[in-house]
Amino acid sequence: MARPGKKMLNDPKKVVAEMIEGLVLANDGRIAKLPHHNAIVRTDLPDSKVALLIGGGSGHEPLFHGFVGRNMGDGAACGQVFAAPSPDIIVAAAKTVHRGKGVLFLYGNYAGDNMNFDMAAEILQEDEDIEVRTVRITDDVAAAPPERVHDRRGIAGDVYAIKVTGGAAAELDSLAEVERVARKAVANIRSMAVAVSAGSIPETGKLTFELADDEIEIGMGAHGEAGVHRQKLTTADSIADQMMDKILADLPFGRGDEVALMINNLGATTMMEMLIVNRRVRQILDREGIRVHRSDVGTWVTTQEMAGLSITLMKLDEELKHYLDLPAESLGYSRM
Amino acid sequence: MADTLDLSAATAMLKAVSQAVIDQADVLTDADLAIGDGDHGTGMRRGFEGALAALDATPPESIDAAFKTVGMAILSETGGAAGAIFGTLFRSGAKGFAGRDTIDGGSFAAFLEAGLEAVLKRGGVVEGQKTIVDALAPAARAAKAAAGTLPARAKAAADGALVGVEATKGMVATTGKARSLGERSLGHPDPGAISASIILVAMHDFIARN
Repeated sequence: MARPGKKMLNDPKKVVAEMIEGLVLANDGRIAKLPHHNAIVRTDLPDSKVALLIGGGSGHEPLFHGFVGRNMGDGAACGQVFAAPSPDIIVAAAKTVHRGKGVLFLYGNYAGDNMNFDMAAEILQEDEDIEVRTVRITDDVAAAPPERVHDRRGIAGDVYAIKVTGGAAAELDSLAEVERVARKAVANIRSMAVAVSAGSIPETGKLTFELADDEIEIGMGAHGEAGVHRQKLTTADSIADQMMDKILADLPFGRGDEVALMINNLGATTMMEMLIVNRRVRQILDREGIRVHRSDVGTWVTTQEMAGLSITLMKLDEELKHYLDLPAESLGYSRM
Repeated sequence: MADTLDLSAATAMLKAVSQAVIDQADVLTDADLAIGDGDHGTGMRRGFEGALAALDATPPESIDAAFKTVGMAILSETGGAAGAIFGTLFRSGAKGFAGRDTIDGGSFAAFLEAGLEAVLKRGGVVEGQKTIVDALAPAARAAKAAAGTLPARAKAAADGALVGVEATKGMVATTGKARSLGERSLGHPDPGAISASIILVAMHDFIARN
């Protein structure tokens, strides 16, 4: 039987190593790979700053390693496909980006990431005397009800969390202050995804979940985690309506709020569909009296060739707006 | 059947365990595709291939060092939740063999008890959440209760783990990536629990054979 995942690969076991090699080259010297670990760091790190280390499983490009650069992450620890990076990778990356003011770990809330980053934090604090604080991103409203925020996954909200915290880590002088801004960003971000078809795992070629040809799943997670419900494929407007109902009610967002809006492609959805959904989302926001300060429509947090999209809103105050609007430079997300 | 294993036999057992996991990677992948993201088999294979390489590269000087070597390899090479959990099982379980020249019934049970305790702490889970713990905990209890010789304890542990795997079919996942499946996870065994059973069955097979 042919592999369901039709991909241009060399050795499927070497996808992460070869991807990182290509990523470093695509950054034209602004980032470098650590010699013995799947981790990348900025080459232009200032001498004194609070360090921001991001990371997670590979296969979701440009997340996370595509978000290393000026006013973004200072380094990224890269796991294998859909698997958290191991503690030795995280420790090596953290030691390299540390500039004497501590390291903030910022990553999506998954059991594997939590355990591996926690083990790394223990090693750094006990053996290296490096102060580490941790903020986990929990923007997926489909993953758990609001009273169990600690059970929510990080999805496309990762991008705004990294953008804002990257700005804060460039300007603020203390780890505690950067942590405070990161927590504020995470507390104000809400997302939901819709899956149209599955992506495949590079090494095995197998699809990450089963979904009938005429079905979609509202709220599905990045690895096929079950969402809110499955239904027949319907119109873009109807899908957007259902997703926005959940997102708006969750924070909640309300009249007079100012937000950043992200429509994120899970991998294989066309820009045409994304823009059609964006149109409906803006109609809803207008109706609710919510002002959009900044729109992002594009591809940032993916699961291989998974089709579908996610909608993310971040409620802004003056401080979050300031860090969101700072210029940033990275392969995956840039802003003039 | 071996009543005790010396360092060289213990190392050989760890290699046999590694090979057993590598050989059954596809079984783990399929189990994980049913209720997870399908990377458990490739991850476990990576980890135990790393363990084989590490045991060959630097022959361990003590039994607890051999188990630690396996744990470090899994931690580094598997990554993800499985790397942290199975790495911890071997690394922390090694305490059961500290200062011992042989694996006997008592130290084998101590290995499982120390490993289980560390896994519970690291994972922040309890029994009944459809995880590795649901195979490991009954295995550790059975090994302790069996008393007596190494083969009896190893058999009790392997049987306990297999019963535990069966029991996970009736559990709803409340942690990890399968958590959000809720009721949909019913009827499927937990892939991490299957891995634990493969490891313990391979240990018993080796002990019964040698």
